[in-house]
Order: sequence, then C-alpha cells, then structure tokens
Amino acid sequence: MRYETERTRRRGQADTATDTLARGLGLFSIALGIAEIAAPRALARALGMKGQEGLIAGYGVREIATGIGILASKDPTPWIWGRVAGDALDLATLATALEGNNPKKENVGIAMAAVLGATALDVYCAQTLSRESPHPLPPLQDYSDRSGFPRGVERAHGAASDFAVPSDFRTPEALRPYTQPEAPRHPQPSM
Amino acid sequence: MKALVWHGTTDIRCDSVPDPKIEHPRDAIIKVTSCAICGSDLHLYNHFMPGMKSGDIMGHETMGEVVEVGAESNGKLKVGDRVVIPFTIICGECEQCKRGNFSVCERTNRNGHIAAKAFGHTTAGLFGYTHLTGGYPGGQAEYLRVPFADATHIKVPKGIPDEKLLFLSDIFPTGWQAAVQCDIQPTDTVAIWGCGPVGQMTIRSAVLLGAKQVIAIDRIPERLAMAEAGGAITINIDEDSVIERLNELTNGKGPEKCIDAVGMEAHATATIDSMYDRVKQATMMETDRPHVLREMAYVCRPAGTLSIPGVYGGLLDKIPFGAIMNKGLTIRTGQTHVNRWSDDLLRRIEEGQIDPSFVITHTVSLEEGPDMYKVFRDKQDGCIKVVIKP
Repeated sequence: MRYETERTRRRGQADTATDTLARGLGLFSIALGIAEIAAPRALARALGMKGQEGLIAGYGVREIATGIGILASKDPTPWIWGRVAGDALDLATLATALEGNNPKKENVGIAMAAVLGATALDVYCAQTLSRESPHPLPPLQDYSDRSGFPRGVERAHGAASDFAVPSDFRTPEALRPYTQPEAPRHPQPSM
Repeated sequence: MKALVWHGTTDIRCDSVPDPKIEHPRDAIIKVTSCAICGSDLHLYNHFMPGMKSGDIMGHETMGEVVEVGAESNGKLKVGDRVVIPFTIICGECEQCKRGNFSVCERTNRNGHIAAKAFGHTTAGLFGYTHLTGGYPGGQAEYLRVPFADATHIKVPKGIPDEKLLFLSDIFPTGWQAAVQCDIQPTDTVAIWGCGPVGQMTIRSAVLLGAKQVIAIDRIPERLAMAEAGGAITINIDEDSVIERLNELTNGKGPEKCIDAVGMEAHATATIDSMYDRVKQATMMETDRPHVLREMAYVCRPAGTLSIPGVYGGLLDKIPFGAIMNKGLTIRTGQTHVNRWSDDLLRRIEEGQIDPSFVITHTVSLEEGPDMYKVFRDKQDGCIKVVIKP
C-alpha cells in the first residue's frame, strides 16, 4: 500500500497509474455531483423519473462529498470503496425506473450501462489500492549530512553579510524592521 | 549527436539529432560535460507549459568546453574555455541587460512577438524552454549552440569539479535571487515553501545572508532532512498545519519574508483550495495551482515580502489580493538574472563558503535521462537533483 495509514509511512510516491486513476475518479465524482445538483429536473425527465428530483440532487451531494474525500484524504481507498457502494445504490435506483410503463426505459438502460462501466473501474481501483504492494518501500535515503557548507552551518550563518543588496532589490526604508531611536545624549530637563 | 528530445506529454526520448552549427557570428558551440534536469523541466514533461513542439531538445542547466566560436565573439570566448551556460540568453547590450535585468533581455527571444501576446512584452530567450521563449535547443545533449555567446556565458576556472559549478547555470543563482529579493535582515524569519533543488539553494542563501531563522516546508522526508542539514527548521505539511506552525515559530506575528519555491504544480492534497485547483486545472479552466501563493499571502507578516522564484505560466485563480493589499505586502518575482550574481557566487564557491554539489542525488548517462524524468517527478529513490553526463 502506498498511502499513509496507521501502519505505513507516506513516501510521496503518489503518482502511479492507480493513484492517477483514483484522482480521476475523484474528479469525475465531483463533476457528476455538480451536474446532478445543477440539473436534477433535466436528468429526471431524461430518465422518466419525475418526482425524484430531490433524490437525484441528494445523490449529487453524495458524489461531491465522495470526490472531495478521494482528493483530500491521505489514503483514498475507503472513499473509492464508498464509490462502489454508491454505484450499487445508483443501480438499484435506476432499476426501479425500469418497472411499469416508463417511456424512457432506453435511456435508463444506457445510464445503467454507464454506471456499470464506472463500477468496474471503481472495483478495480479499490481492489488494487487495498492490496499490499508486492514491492516493499525502499528505505529512506539519509541526507542529514548534506549541509552544503564545507565549514559547517554555524560558520556559514551570515557569511555573506559582505554582500551589498543592489538598490533595486532593497526593501523600502519604511518597511525595514523598526528599531527604537537612540536615547538622547544630553539629559532632558525634567518637567 | 545524442540529445534528450521532447515528443509529447511525459514522452522524452534519447534521440540522435544533427549536431548544432554556428548560425550567427555571435554563436559558440560547446561540448557539454555536465547538464542537469531542473524542476521547471517537469512542467514541460507534464506539459503544463504551453509552446513545446515535438522534436524540441530539453535542458537549460549546462556546462562544458567551447569547441567553436563565431567571428563576432569579440575576444570574449576562445576554443578550450570552460564555461557554465546561464539558462537565460542575454545580449548584454539592450536597456534591460545594461540595468542587470538579464531575464527580460529585449533582444534574445526570437519569438518575442509570441511572448508579447502572452505577457504584454517579450522576455529573454531561454534554452530548451518552449517556443514562447525562442524555441532554442536545450543543453541535455552532447553539444549545445549558444546564441549571443559573447555575453551568454560564465567563464569558470579549471580544477574545480563540474558538480560544484554546474548549478551556477540556474538553481544556485535562482535560490540566491529569491533570498536577495527579500533583502534579508538579521531579525528576519524566512519561510521557504518547497525543498526541491531551488528550495535547497534558497535555504542555503538565506542562511549565508544571515536570516535569524529559516523555515522550510515540504512533505518528502528526504528533502526535509536535507533542508534541516542546511540549517532550516522544517515543517512537514502532512503532519503539521503550516499556518499554525509558522505562527508558533514567530510568536503569532508570521514570517517577515516568504519564498515560493514550488510554483504552478503545488501538491497540497488535504486543502480545499488545492482540490479546487485540481478540478479547475483538469477541466482546462485554470493553468496553475497557486496554493502556496495563497498560503504565503495569508501568513506573511504585515509589511512583509513575498518572493516568488517558483515558475507560473498563466492565469491564476482565487489569489487573496485583499490580504496582499491590506497587509501592504511587497511581491518580488521574475526569472533569474543569472549573470548579475554569477561572479559573486563563483567567488563564494571558490572560497568554500558553499558547495552546491550537496544537492546531487543521482548522476546518470544521457541514455538514462528519460527514465530519470519520471523518477525525479515522482520523487522516487530519494531523488532531489539529477546530473547527466553526456
């Protein structure tokens, strides 16, 4: 597993094909969710599911939440499994539209085929992410001795104080650190 | 000759291409002894920067030996000279070059009209960095044609290894300029986002310039360890809130100087704004992911400075300009005026103040270059800086 969990460390190697697929599914979730919230009436009409607009918009909220979860989490695996569960719910809901005399049954069939395609991707992605990687993570490289300062950090600190910052790079006087004015040299008359 | 050639998104190959020739009397040809893959090359590899064409030769961090000079080298270069080639091509004669603003040279970008359409004005020609900046072949190759070579070079002495000098071409002066743009005072806290090669050089520059404390921000353990070795306090974005930690380390006042060494491809997966950027970038509605800019503007101390060496390409969304304006922040940015700093930095290398070779983690042949792009991009195998030996 490449992601950080209780047991594993994050190694910043999140750009494998499966991770890219997971991100793609997250983006797809958000896009689909936006469409469901923005146009529930049009979707309900196209699927012959009049009266179900609220349910469709609710599914849109679910899609967006799942998408954000996938993109935001350190380990998207549970969120991808969440998508699989959501796919099942979508299929069950669409199946109800196949009953009776729905004149849009053909559209419902197309929608179910599309959801099945997405489900296959979701299951593949979730299973791959859930599997332990056959390749153990390589050990961390140790760069703790690479200061870049041949004489050490302490001697390097301020070593370039001889550098004169060019006038066009200097901070305006008014924005320089504030320092207290010097105490007056002559005693002030007491009031 | 062999060269690393861009063919499309994540498709770079080691191809045989014609040897470069002198095309103008001010040209020179160098035999490349060392070159490197820059973090900004990854923007081309991932194709986030527009303006690449299949067949373009990559690379803008190059050094080598002069093997041929044109008739108008004006005695400034001769065969056998050892040179580092700055990534910005400069004429040395225009108004901007005379003022030391080499990265906005007015004459070297032969596609200046395209740059002017995108940016309003032309900027300097760059090696191996899109047709927006001249479409000049880059230096990840056995040989490189250097246009305006009498001005576009840094002569370096023999006897110092390539590894110590190569980064005068880009990342060392880039990190240096990022720090100089902050006009660092001994009381300053300098926060640096990104511990890649430029971030590492920026950390060292801020230390050399005497910052009170330098704070480095990243999520890759090896990079954070290298930053710490260079004298920085580190913040791992996967473990800590950047804003909270920066405020803790500055008594709630925020750092005076903030440096963005990340640029357009920020990876901050756990924030709402970065998800927003990813969605917009994926739907071609935004060119860059400016999470770091937003965070810097928010956390920077009022009247502080934002220094931006990180590369951005186009139109950025949701920049908190209200914070920038109301807090009176100063923004300093730009491509690096390499030759403005090179003499000073070369002296510091020669005197042993700094050895930039610390950042090299992988040295490979040209043939291995294409694979190393992926290793570098995915931060595998502790990869921070790749040097190529043609």
